[in-house]
Amino acid sequence: MTAPAENTPRPAPQTASPPDGLAEADRPVLPRGVRVKYDPVRETWFLLGPERAIKLDPIAQAILTETKDGRTFGEIVAILADTYNAPVERIAIDAGRYLRALVDRRFVDLA
Amino acid sequence: MTDAAPNPNRPGPPMAMLAELTHRCPLSCPYCSNPLELTRKAGELATEEWSDIFRQAAALGVLQLHLSGGEPASRGDLVALVEAARDAGLYSNLITSGIGLTRDRLQALDAAGLDHVQLSLQGVDAGMADRVGGYRGGFERKMKVAGWIAEIGFPLTINAVVHKQNLDRLEDAIDLAESLGARRLEVATVQFHGWATVNRAALMPTAEQAKRTHAIVRDARERLMGRMVIDYVPADHHAQFPKACMGGWGSIGLNVVPDGRVMPCHAAHTIPGLVFDKATEVPLADIWYDSPAFNAYRGDDWMQEPCRSCERKTVDFGGCRCQAMAVLGDPAATDPVCSKSPHHQDLVAKAIADGDAAESDFTYRVLGA
Repeated sequence: MTAPAENTPRPAPQTASPPDGLAEADRPVLPRGVRVKYDPVRETWFLLGPERAIKLDPIAQAILTETKDGRTFGEIVAILADTYNAPVERIAIDAGRYLRALVDRRFVDLA
Repeated sequence: MTDAAPNPNRPGPPMAMLAELTHRCPLSCPYCSNPLELTRKAGELATEEWSDIFRQAAALGVLQLHLSGGEPASRGDLVALVEAARDAGLYSNLITSGIGLTRDRLQALDAAGLDHVQLSLQGVDAGMADRVGGYRGGFERKMKVAGWIAEIGFPLTINAVVHKQNLDRLEDAIDLAESLGARRLEVATVQFHGWATVNRAALMPTAEQAKRTHAIVRDARERLMGRMVIDYVPADHHAQFPKACMGGWGSIGLNVVPDGRVMPCHAAHTIPGLVFDKATEVPLADIWYDSPAFNAYRGDDWMQEPCRSCERKTVDFGGCRCQAMAVLGDPAATDPVCSKSPHHQDLVAKAIADGDAAESDFTYRVLGA
């Protein structure tokens, strides 16, 4: 049986992604079955995935909102640094750590 | 009417709803969590009744809908039900054995907006899987279905139900899940409710198996980090502390059974005296917040010692009410799985005896005569 790319276990990342963050060239994407949703009942944003719902604080929501359109991690960090007027180095560490934890849990894939 | 005092144990909104669409199933697994007395087709809710319940659930705050059974694919209206879930804004998960799904039907479910598929695994080869499921050809069919799931691109969880007779092939089950492209794997040791209670001696893992399983899961989690997530339900009769059953009674989720009755968990009907309202007759929000059945074991007023003064009471909530009922005949007792329960030693002794028993024949799930 052959499985297409979507469901095939991915090979080890090609780029030298740090184990607790992402490399600038990494392209984080929400895989099929994972989505950001606003919950009007709790007035909170959630990341919904297979049998999991993760509550998003405003920072997490901002990171995931910019994770789209095939952007690299470097581009995402630049956008966040610009939007929130914060140092790039700081954002890269925080957003990298956050996204890496989601990569480990298969909520985010690296394209 | 008198003014009711505000409920001090009022929970937040539920996160998840398990919809047991039907009790019908081509398989007859000897550990089925359905009740011993099954609902027949004529007693099942209609499409529009389920659709209304889905809308009520979403309005109440449910985010995730698990479509289960029995075998949900036994419902001829499954595609329409998935559409209704999507229209209600719910994240939909199909919990299936795969039997009853064709390539065309999976494509229709894809078009209807199904978010995720959880495929059960009774064994890693046809010999074991078909014997456990009591359905010849089931394994071969399931592997075909897994191929279509991958082809369409549904995110896939494999739910490997493990017990004495297949635990020694757990490594192979992990490899199989990976080769099927699963993003998640559940290693779910049989819990002794429903049909499993009549098959204890044939299903209870040995203490050695329970211990070895911990190590296998730990190693696999490390090895597969970032590739496949493993959720693990251990053999709780061999544990030191009970499971935080349902994350606390009436705290996170609710179950709707085929005839529309709403329960805090799938075994709650085994507790005498609890009355379960039907979602077709009482608004779901009223059932969740105000029904006596849902409030029965919220908070800690109901707790006895040693739970009541225990620092773990907010961690595991005294364990499983249905297990306390099944083993001790008292649903408010400390779950005897807890090492602090005065009945713990008895439970462990029985678990070891059942684990060591040579019994291998199953009593299969059947619709009553």
